[in-house]
Amino acid sequence: MGAILVRRLGSAVPIMLIVSLITFGMIHLIPGDPAIAIAGLSATAEQIANIRHDLGLDQPVLTQLWRWYANLAQGDLGRSLLLGQPVTHVMLLRLPVTLALSAYALAMTLAIGLTSGIVAALRQNTWIDQAMMVFAMLGISLPNFYLGLLMIILFAVDLGWLPTGGYVALANDPLGWLATSTMPAISLALLLAGLLARITRSTMLEVLRQDYIRTARAKGLSNARVVLKHALANALIPITTVVGIIVSLLISGSVVTETLFSIPGIGQLLTQAVLNRDYPMVQGGLLITTALLVLVNILVDVCYALLDPRVRYDGV
Amino acid sequence: MTESEGPREPPWRANLRRLLHHRLFLLGLALFLVVVLAAILAPWIAPLDPNKLAMRYKFQSPNANFLFGTDNFGRSLWSRVIWGARLSMFIGSAVVAINAVAGTAIGAAAGYFRKLDNALMRINDALMAFPAVLLAIGVTAILGPSVNDVIIALGIVYTPRTARIVRSSVIVLREMEYVQAAVAAGAGHWRILRRHILPNAMAPLIVQLSFLFAYAVLTEATLSFLGVGAVPPTPTWGNIMAEGRQYMTDAPWIIAIPGVALMITVLGLNLLGDGLRDVLDPRLRIQS
Repeated sequence: MGAILVRRLGSAVPIMLIVSLITFGMIHLIPGDPAIAIAGLSATAEQIANIRHDLGLDQPVLTQLWRWYANLAQGDLGRSLLLGQPVTHVMLLRLPVTLALSAYALAMTLAIGLTSGIVAALRQNTWIDQAMMVFAMLGISLPNFYLGLLMIILFAVDLGWLPTGGYVALANDPLGWLATSTMPAISLALLLAGLLARITRSTMLEVLRQDYIRTARAKGLSNARVVLKHALANALIPITTVVGIIVSLLISGSVVTETLFSIPGIGQLLTQAVLNRDYPMVQGGLLITTALLVLVNILVDVCYALLDPRVRYDGV
Repeated sequence: MTESEGPREPPWRANLRRLLHHRLFLLGLALFLVVVLAAILAPWIAPLDPNKLAMRYKFQSPNANFLFGTDNFGRSLWSRVIWGARLSMFIGSAVVAINAVAGTAIGAAAGYFRKLDNALMRINDALMAFPAVLLAIGVTAILGPSVNDVIIALGIVYTPRTARIVRSSVIVLREMEYVQAAVAAGAGHWRILRRHILPNAMAPLIVQLSFLFAYAVLTEATLSFLGVGAVPPTPTWGNIMAEGRQYMTDAPWIIAIPGVALMITVLGLNLLGDGLRDVLDPRLRIQS
């Protein structure tokens, strides 16, 4: 197991090196002078020179690159131009908000997606199967911000059941957090539940056609035992790999969901950074978020190896 | 005469026949064609300028004069949604074209030339490691908000995914006997790729591009909604919904109608992609 973890971490190193190189290079791809782009057209020459100096843009590119990696090694990703605070500090403050919302949405995704996928597979070609798959298809075709807007109109404005937006920290008020996070989590989860339901259904159908399932039935095992113990346990293994993709999509989706529901997570932070040309924040935010996702994918791979002995034996 | 003794049906005709019998594919095609036709016929079916302000007509709910109602500036939503379809189709097509060319070139180079594979795929993996929407807003932050820059951003975000699919096909095809025979016969790399490998790698690419069209339309709408896509008053579906957000209690049609248009487009493309995958993906065909 340790060998698999080491190998996965090793394969992530070149990826993260290139990711950090891309984020470093972003500011240099700004057409024209990045300092002018940040300062705005009405800025004085002195203000522009200050920005250029603060960001190290007055140094040769190789020196800037060296400083970028040297600072990175110390967890220093520069200061946000908009907030005036270290990027790492701001990200660490906002990250728990996004992670809590993503975890809530992930739980919903797994509950809805797995259940509907399994039921659809067990009732293949019946109206239940078709209804589940229509629901899944609509789910993956509905933009999450559109679903969010419709829910705000219905549940917040018309019925008044939930707040239109805002955020209460989970640690301060769990019920308040639930009230402010439920609509955003649903708008994130429905799309992904549709995706997961389709994958679960096809994986379950594949497993249910295997010889060992026929053997289990021939032995006289109850249908529930065959499905839960033999089919589901094996179908869930490949589905584990999808969790990494789902987490990536949740983080992507949180950008618009947090903006829509005024949730102070990293999605809203980065959108504000982009709109305000806060390039150090954009660079650092992208780098930290991507590193987090690479880590999630490594953990998913290790879980996959834990669940499936064939991966363990191939891997060692 | 038995069927097997008759002339063999060309593969394209067999695929076309299967597609024409695939009900969900036909539904997807119909939905997509409605949007495409609306986009093409925009100057004739929506002659009112989508950006023309007419304050005396503001906030009109859908009626006989304004089929989709009007927005806060009295602009015809029918015109804005139809011209928005034109822009969505343009952006979707451009992103698909970039992916078809760049994704195929990178995927083919990585899959065919082993020396390039490692370097190209590491860069590819790094680009794929970024969350898609975050990378897209990051790139638009650098390039600036405009239709062309959104196309470039979406091209950068999705090309690595296409390249990976093409590479997977090319790696398998490269080892096929008929390709080895072409190598033994002295065919050059370009000829082998063009004549023997790429035509056989088209099926998964076409399926990928149909889904990609849907992602591109959806992500563009998301970027516009966030205010980092095409600049208002450009009539994109995302822009219309972003502007209508503040009036959603009094004039919910401003966000409802472009949202439905967006959903129909994405649903149509997803159904189209599913149908193409069922028919063109050889693995699924063998299973069935």
